[in-house]
Amino acid sequence: MGKYIEMIRMRFLMMLAYRTNYYSGIFIYSINIGAYYFLWSAIYGGQPSIQGMTVEQMTTYVAIAWMARAFYFNNIDREIAMEIREGKVAIELIRPYNYLVMKTMQGLGEGIFRLFFFSLPGMLIVTFVFSLQFTTNAHTWAYFVLSTILSFIINSQLNLLAGMVTFFTLNGEGLLRAKRFIIDLFSGLILPISFYPEWAQDVMKYLPFQAISYIPSMIFTESFTENEAVRGMMFQAVWCIVLIVPIYLLWKAAKRKLIIQGG
Amino acid sequence: MYAIEVEKLRKEFKSYSSRSGLAGAFRDLFTRNYKTIRAVDDISFTVKQGEMVGYIGENGAGKSTTIKMLTGILTPTSGRIVVNGMNPHKERERFVQTIGVVFGQRSQLWWDIAVQESFRLLKKVYRVSDHDYKEHMDHVIETLDIGSLLDKPVRKLSLGQRMRCELAAALIHNPPLLFLDEPTIGLDVLVKLKIRQFLKEINEKYNTTILLTTHDMTDIEALCERVIMLDEGKIIYDGSLQRLKQNWGEGKQIQFQFRDVVSKEQLISLIDVTWEEGEDRHSWIAHVRADDMAHVIGKIVSSYELKDIHIREVSTEEVIRNIYEEGIHHG
Repeated sequence: MGKYIEMIRMRFLMMLAYRTNYYSGIFIYSINIGAYYFLWSAIYGGQPSIQGMTVEQMTTYVAIAWMARAFYFNNIDREIAMEIREGKVAIELIRPYNYLVMKTMQGLGEGIFRLFFFSLPGMLIVTFVFSLQFTTNAHTWAYFVLSTILSFIINSQLNLLAGMVTFFTLNGEGLLRAKRFIIDLFSGLILPISFYPEWAQDVMKYLPFQAISYIPSMIFTESFTENEAVRGMMFQAVWCIVLIVPIYLLWKAAKRKLIIQGG
Repeated sequence: MYAIEVEKLRKEFKSYSSRSGLAGAFRDLFTRNYKTIRAVDDISFTVKQGEMVGYIGENGAGKSTTIKMLTGILTPTSGRIVVNGMNPHKERERFVQTIGVVFGQRSQLWWDIAVQESFRLLKKVYRVSDHDYKEHMDHVIETLDIGSLLDKPVRKLSLGQRMRCELAAALIHNPPLLFLDEPTIGLDVLVKLKIRQFLKEINEKYNTTILLTTHDMTDIEALCERVIMLDEGKIIYDGSLQRLKQNWGEGKQIQFQFRDVVSKEQLISLIDVTWEEGEDRHSWIAHVRADDMAHVIGKIVSSYELKDIHIREVSTEEVIRNIYEEGIHHG
């Protein structure tokens, strides 16, 4: 276990080495949140609520969704693809650890870094500028934290899967880009799932994407009842477990087929 | 007990060739022309614990592929490998604990952070105790003279500095077997000397087995008593470096620098050996057997006025080149 914790620390240090890159990121995220804030204010007009959400809930939803994204988002899919392309995965295989777990730990190190150097200061700025509604209910916070951890796991699992596909295609740039777009769209980052047409909502019930952004954000804005929140987290937990199966199978196949490029 | 046992090891790669033209490209979409390339072709050898073996061959001869199979990165198509008493592929995590690997062309340190952070992580990864680490690594760090580099990020190191750190990183868990894949590529003479000296030292101190691939024959000369030579996936020579040189490099070259211009005919009529023109028309090189050397020099000295004489042994590099050009059976 020590080696995995060491890896989190390591990635944290790496991110710290390039921390100035992130100041501009905070600015960009703030502009994003601001744009959505005004957009939603305009859409709501005078209406007290749409689809059961008030305008305050909606703007808070957008803000928290983006800030949570900073935590769960990581580039391990790209890193895996790159390490395969450049043959660096060879180095990883001569070390006594599980490559995929190590990659996830790096993602976690990155997430923790962004939480402290990005999300928290970003949130502070955003709350000064816009009127957001933060709950004081300890229950809701606890649910939210748990739910965000689960969304990190699911997002990382999807990244591992996408990254591993490059074992077979050897160049998965297009696929990775498509995956990122699909996650942003179907996870409820841009628009809450409850705003989608009925049929689309039905389809998404069977997909893991809403576990990434929609569920934790709905919990945070208290748009979910306690019952719904618990059910949402169950949904996340089930996906966490289900996704292990394709990851395991793909990793086994990938190792068998492994061709180290460039040497 | 052998450190490495390899029996009838074979690795085949499937590669596809593209058809030419637009129509060919369309056909490639549906069916592809596969070609099987045998990178390693039924090789067998053993290495004893504590041996330092040079594994040499031209580019594409199958050196790296063998190393990748020995380290468990690639699965062999067929054959048997036992390294440190284990099957590298089957028991990967336990196995890699017993080997150290340096790929000269590939860094295993983390690029953006200080060298010591990489060391610290590897220490955790290989579960090395503080006591062992201190005892072993203090010495390694001192011998390789990298103490002052430890707090620098890897990207700021020169190639020579980085390579010394790579070597130290591969030795953190003090493995009984070390694979070095072109460890001195692109390094200057001083760094090369330091690395060689260090490798000799750990070999003596810990009886570490070292398998080394390189294109630099001076590395092999300095370190290895035994060489395994590979050509097109097959072992063409396995034995002592000494014997290889005796069989192939027995001749000497004598370079004469004459005071006046001398023609080839004049020289041949005086003494019938192979003459090769030197840098200018005053200088000629005679290729002679070692026994004839005194005779040739005597004749030339008594007939011509000389400015300089230079005697050269055939270098290992030339020996190797001759073998590749003419095949091993020629000599």
